[in-house]
Amino acid sequence: MSITAFAGLLERLVFTPARQSKLALLADWFASQADPDRGIGLAALTGTLDFLAAKPSLIRDLVAARTDPVLWALSYDYVGDLAETVALIWPERSGPHLPPPSLQEIVAQLEETPKAGLPELIGAWLDALDPSGRLALIKLITGGLRVGVSGRLARVALAAWSGQPVEAIEEVWHGVAPPYTALFDWLEGRTPRPDPALAPIFRPLMLAHPLEPVDFGNLDPAAWRAEWKWDGIRVQLTAGPGGRRIWSRSGEDISVTFPEIIEAMDFHGVLDGELLIIRDGAVAPFAELQQRLNRKRVSAAMLAGYPAGVRLYDLLFDGAEDCRPLTFDARRARLEGFLARAQPARMDLSAAVAFSGLDELARLREGARAAAIEGLMLKRADSPYVAGRVKGLWWKWKRAPQTIDVVLLYAQRGHGKRSSFYSDYTFGLWRPNGEGGEELVPVGKAYSGYTDAELAWLDRWIRGNTVARFGPVREVEKALVLEVAFDAAQRSNRHKSGVALRFPRIARLRPDKPAAEADRLETLLRWIT
Amino acid sequence: MLGPHPETWLKVTPAGLWCEPANLYIDPLRAVPRAVITHGHADHARPGHDQVLATAETLAIMRQRLGAAAFGAQQALAPGKPLQLGDVMIRLVPAGHVLGSAQVVLEWRGARVVISGDYKRQPDPTCAGFEPVPCDVFVTEATFALPVFRHPPPEAEIAKLLKSLTLFPERTHVIGCYALGKTQRLLALLRAAGYEKPVHLHGALMPLTALYETLGVALGPVAPALVADRAALRGAIVLAPPSAIADRWARRLADPVVALASGWMGVRQRAKSRGVELPLVISDHADWEALNRTIDEVAAPEVWVTHGREDALVHALAQRGIRGRALYLVGRGEEEENETAADGVAGAASGGGEDPCP
Ligand SMILES: [Zn+2]
Ligand SMILES: [Zn+2]
Repeated sequence: MSITAFAGLLERLVFTPARQSKLALLADWFASQADPDRGIGLAALTGTLDFLAAKPSLIRDLVAARTDPVLWALSYDYVGDLAETVALIWPERSGPHLPPPSLQEIVAQLEETPKAGLPELIGAWLDALDPSGRLALIKLITGGLRVGVSGRLARVALAAWSGQPVEAIEEVWHGVAPPYTALFDWLEGRTPRPDPALAPIFRPLMLAHPLEPVDFGNLDPAAWRAEWKWDGIRVQLTAGPGGRRIWSRSGEDISVTFPEIIEAMDFHGVLDGELLIIRDGAVAPFAELQQRLNRKRVSAAMLAGYPAGVRLYDLLFDGAEDCRPLTFDARRARLEGFLARAQPARMDLSAAVAFSGLDELARLREGARAAAIEGLMLKRADSPYVAGRVKGLWWKWKRAPQTIDVVLLYAQRGHGKRSSFYSDYTFGLWRPNGEGGEELVPVGKAYSGYTDAELAWLDRWIRGNTVARFGPVREVEKALVLEVAFDAAQRSNRHKSGVALRFPRIARLRPDKPAAEADRLETLLRWIT
Repeated sequence: MLGPHPETWLKVTPAGLWCEPANLYIDPLRAVPRAVITHGHADHARPGHDQVLATAETLAIMRQRLGAAAFGAQQALAPGKPLQLGDVMIRLVPAGHVLGSAQVVLEWRGARVVISGDYKRQPDPTCAGFEPVPCDVFVTEATFALPVFRHPPPEAEIAKLLKSLTLFPERTHVIGCYALGKTQRLLALLRAAGYEKPVHLHGALMPLTALYETLGVALGPVAPALVADRAALRGAIVLAPPSAIADRWARRLADPVVALASGWMGVRQRAKSRGVELPLVISDHADWEALNRTIDEVAAPEVWVTHGREDALVHALAQRGIRGRALYLVGRGEEEENETAADGVAGAASGGGEDPCP
């Protein structure tokens, strides 16, 4: 199979917003392609194909040697993307071309070819391909695929295609390597499941359900344990003779982003906890943690300014011993003992929250006002650690959202199914304009929370009350009040208003309320914790 | 070239390109006494002229789109047949763009000018193919005059569509395409690829498709696309005007795969901005290679460039020693808007006027 098939897959993925459709496209790739190309393609999509063969400058030089500079400039200016412009404008040499290369050939030949030979090799491949194949090749070898396929999505697709549970695939995923022949052998029933052995692998997390009032009434306080629900990111720490890894909630390897944590993982075991920015024992708001996320390289200033720590709440493996079948109480005792022995830096225990009855629990939840606390976690004392979201074992009980009345300022069209509706809303609050009057200052954006009927109503209102257009954005009459719910308000110097809302969503439309009676910025600032 | 330079007798006026010795306007922008019309697209065929000269097919298309009362006298001119207007000799030659489309060949006192109208060089089973005519001045369109526009073989694009139907057999595949030309070409391409099921058409595409059939172009079974009956359209192909695919009309379909058949779809950002899930690069205009090949074939020492982006083409011509001149005709590049208006489709505002031509 050649890169042409891979190019077809990429093209579909780039334009396909729906998750279900992406799964179908990936399943077709697994079913229709042969080894090792299908595994190389899988690795390229999920970012585990570990090679960066060419810099964009090499491609730029190649095309400059073959095109007129004026035509190139006009074309690049029109298309806007270097790889795509090259793919479209590339003038093939006349005469016979190589057959389009397979992914395997591309990977192998790039590894064998000395640097000086790369331009000729890549030029010959570009000659052999059509524009879509050229684009795939360039993106592949310069490392810029970006088609919205996460490792998690790929594993769900593998599960849907093969019929194996996704948890079973998660368990081996980080123990297998591109081109994943052992994985496909197992998924197609030719061999037993690969043994992850000592490799540091991700174990699927145990997840909580939101607690509904009806479930709350039925709780037996004696059978449940409570902890604070921290507003950080859930992580799994895996360390031992096979190596150290930090996994995100979905099983992405985020070790490089938090080197200070990796360094502190001087133990053998698998732990579950919340990654937070912690200064002198105090947890910083989520906005600060956000500064650290998604970075491949972390500067010394970042490490010093935003020190990461992990607040631990569960233990999956103690050494090589699988503790997941034990009860929560037993694991908690093991975790406390583990931490007392290992005393890892940058880690502490998420304290148990004592309570005597349901009333007290409810009061605790309502009293939770610290920005770093989202509410309470309730865990059944006898629950084993099981993968996924099993109902009735763990509950998350977020504190009630706060709401504020805002004025709609701008609206933008949504994506995919919602692309013909104005579904993204920028809203604002009143503040003094410095001249004795009042002005509206933008405080956030909401894209959710409304019903279909409310969306249709908003869309109509926006079209009928537009005062200006900027590309896809409409500015509207400052006349519509919306009730917006949010989980927390945090100080932010990236926003003009000085405040950032956590998870704002539309709670209600308030066409009945005059815009002048919407809330003021100072009201919101009082909620910053 | 013998005789006076065509610049002296073929002029750009506010009403459009005007051949003075014949008092004849080519695709005029406003009502004139005498017009020759290259083809039926709305930015070329406008109402109100006293006398209209065109191929019989173009006249039939104009009657249907604009009404028989929109013109005075109509004169059909068969392709290749010369007609004397004063001392100007005029001929229509197939342009390969849509049914009835023609280039206009004008000869006066020994000089020959060919006005291409819109044209393409890919074979199209729904209309006669483009014939290059050697000339002294070639007036060419330039809709896709950048080297990044390279239209792939349409068969490969249709294969993508058919493959998508097997991958998503439950989803309705709705394809945005213009009412005149593109719709019928898609039908013909589907039939050539062996697709035999009825193709469902948005109401705005029905009349011209029926007219093509009347004019002898067989397109296979078609059926109205009634969005009220979602179930019947599951896994079906639906053709609709480009303005309708982004509209609520299309969202009533069963989980639609939204496709758009247009030369602009070769550029990802264009496809993304239209919210298209399956871009199909199928165009009724010449791409960069075809524009340049055609200009070389007609061997004109001078080329006037209209209808699009002239800068790149004029530059490329200069490198080959051909004198290029940008011809600024107002009123072109509104084909989408005018088409939608002419067909009475609601929601024409969506999508904006960014695509000058089908
Ligand atoms: Zn046209
Ligand atoms: Zn046109």
